[in-house]
Amino acid sequence: MADEVSGETAKAGEEASGRTPSRRSVLGWGGTGLALGAVAAGGTVSALSSGDTSEPAGSAGEAVPFHGTHQAGIATAVPDRLHFAAFDVTTEDRAALIRLLQDWSAAAALMAKGHAVGEGAFGPVPESPPDDTGEAVGLKPARLTLTIGFGPSLFAKERFGLEGRRPEALVELPKFPGDNLDKARSDGDLCVQACSDDPQVAVHAIRNLARIGFGKVSIRWSQLGFGKTSSTTPDAQTPRNLFGFKDGTRNVAGTDAAALDKHVWVRSQDGPGWLTGGSYLVARRIRMHIETWDRTSLKEQEDVFGRDKREGAAVGKSEEHDKPLLKAMLPTAHVRLAHPDANDGARMLRRGYSFTDGTDGLGRLDAGLFFLAYQRDVRKAFIPVQRNLARSDALNEYIQHVGSAVFAIPPGVRDRDDWWGRELFS
Amino acid sequence: MRPLRLSVVTAVAAATALTAVTACAEKEKTGGDDAIKVTATDSSCEVSKKKFPAGHVQLAVENKGSKVTEVYVLYPDDRIVTERENIGAGTKASISAEIKAGNYEIACKPGMKGSGIRQKVTVAGGGKAAKRDPKLDAAVAHYRQYTLKQAEQTLPKAEVFADAVKSGDIEAAKKAYAPSRIGWERTEPVAESFGDIDPKVDLREDGLEDGQDPEKDWTGWHRLEKSLWKDKKLTGRDKELAKQLIKDLTAWQKKVGTAEITPTSMANGAKELLDEVATGKVTGEEERYSHTDLVDFKANVEGAEKSYALLKPVVSKNDAALTKELDTQFGALNTLLDKYREDKTGYDFTPYDKVGKKERKELSDAVNALAEPLSKLAAAVAK
Repeated sequence: MADEVSGETAKAGEEASGRTPSRRSVLGWGGTGLALGAVAAGGTVSALSSGDTSEPAGSAGEAVPFHGTHQAGIATAVPDRLHFAAFDVTTEDRAALIRLLQDWSAAAALMAKGHAVGEGAFGPVPESPPDDTGEAVGLKPARLTLTIGFGPSLFAKERFGLEGRRPEALVELPKFPGDNLDKARSDGDLCVQACSDDPQVAVHAIRNLARIGFGKVSIRWSQLGFGKTSSTTPDAQTPRNLFGFKDGTRNVAGTDAAALDKHVWVRSQDGPGWLTGGSYLVARRIRMHIETWDRTSLKEQEDVFGRDKREGAAVGKSEEHDKPLLKAMLPTAHVRLAHPDANDGARMLRRGYSFTDGTDGLGRLDAGLFFLAYQRDVRKAFIPVQRNLARSDALNEYIQHVGSAVFAIPPGVRDRDDWWGRELFS
Repeated sequence: MRPLRLSVVTAVAAATALTAVTACAEKEKTGGDDAIKVTATDSSCEVSKKKFPAGHVQLAVENKGSKVTEVYVLYPDDRIVTERENIGAGTKASISAEIKAGNYEIACKPGMKGSGIRQKVTVAGGGKAAKRDPKLDAAVAHYRQYTLKQAEQTLPKAEVFADAVKSGDIEAAKKAYAPSRIGWERTEPVAESFGDIDPKVDLREDGLEDGQDPEKDWTGWHRLEKSLWKDKKLTGRDKELAKQLIKDLTAWQKKVGTAEITPTSMANGAKELLDEVATGKVTGEEERYSHTDLVDFKANVEGAEKSYALLKPVVSKNDAALTKELDTQFGALNTLLDKYREDKTGYDFTPYDKVGKKERKELSDAVNALAEPLSKLAAAVAK
């Protein structure tokens, strides 16, 4: 993983020094060229690197298609950086909200291609601030995906006339033991998840959407993330979290259509038609008590997870992806409690990221896991699994859930005439 | 307040319409035969010639009235070409200046107050006349009058404040503090364009540079704010500071008429007033001891609204959607501000330390909602 990233950085550096291609031109020659290179070198890449064949070394600059049946940023490969923002809708005008979603969709489609929004970063007229904020000019699309979600509060009575369209499965999460939720870091009418290999590209995307939204929406809270903690390409090694462990090795693969249909995508019989092809997202800010964890013996650390720290293998196994024997672990082991076999087969597609927001006033690292999980029904996936974990997980001594939100994720934007949430509002 | 805000001045560098003209007022010389005679009374301002050639122009002024007067030569947007103050009743004075071709006004101000009694004059030949949409000239002229009036009205209120400080009456001084700042806050971008006055009157403690002595170098409203609310006592130094404040504000009032103002700097000034709110007031930094931030906040919004209202006739033609949005957002912000005062015509606002985190965020959101479209006003003016 580390090798891939540094290799890509070096490559980007060469290109920038040689010719400084515009984001648009990169798309023309850089994207295609890199993709071809990846195919040609595919065997070598998987043999020499960590074996992440679905995310070859050259993929980091590419554009991920914005339009499609499902929104990008769920089953698509997980890039390394995140800027997630939850918004409150401040306007009461339904038409203004719809116009915003249309404007956002248009801007998102441009940014996903690596283009600037509106008339760009240097116009349209010198007397006016430019339409685009400009910090992503010259950068590649960097696999930027933008994914929108609608929170339960958007469906409240006498707001936008959506109360009858609220999906039954869009429930408020129950209070779990040990939660210490900060309202200022929880909930929201809308969310936008921006994932990219380049943090500047992800930050740029949210910043521009927020700016377009002034007067209609305001950011309620946001979270930057780095170092993905799970992969939608489970053939690869699972990245490590800030405790130094691999977790969530049985993630749903972005290429496993059957598992996606079963566990992630909302089907027509599940609920309101507007959500078919969509999903549900649970976002949790999980603070990790880094300092106490680092003082914990290796033995205890491994017992807490139910895994070996070096390989990530389950207790008594030798490889990360070896099928775990749950009974060999302590009853309180994290893997044992979170495993689908302990939860009636419940699975989620996780796209969590590590975060560090500097240090708190007590000199402790303000760090943890920003947990993001997509699922077909929150009531059958996140809620029962988290109940199980909150009750008995040995890891609870070292973590605390401090922020929480749940969103309904509409299906993809089909084409240029379509927009985020069109079916919900029509 | 930021240490240097010269946008109004720099904006003018690009405004070719207002080319520099050297002007000077001469003292004793009375006009020769070529001089244009200006006869001022308490109610009239007669000019002997309404048309004269460009170049060196002399005005021979005679004050036949009973009040002290002053005489100005003004550009169409009310900027001063040249002026002469303090022409006593029954005395004569002479003014000379290099004046380029164009349309001007000569104004007498009996009592040295207000916009004066005006006469239109035309200067012919030489360079080209300054051309700009007369509607925009009118907007600038009105705005200049507005800033002048704010300065004029501020002074007596500041004197009430200064007198209370000088007499050691803490309660009266506290009461007079916020009202004395309203005129300044309404016209802050113009006021700040005189870079030397702003740091004297509106500096906050953290604006001091390394090596500056808070005892010696920190002057103005906020120093007195700290004495009144934090130190809770008035010293001899404070009394000196009160005197100094009046002196500095008087200098400000005198300079307002010479401020470089253009339609685009007016538009950007409106945006800057909202930026002032967004960075200093909405955080409670500006009035950290008195917590009268909402008074400044309201004054900033009023100042921005004034600029906007004056430019609106032009802007609404160029960008109707923008004016609609601005009307909505000004309305929303004012409605929100009204929640913090009982009397909708007064300036008794809730102390900002009593405004909760959630409410501050609401105010911040409303400021962003207004400032974003307001940032497009200059482009709509320039179209």
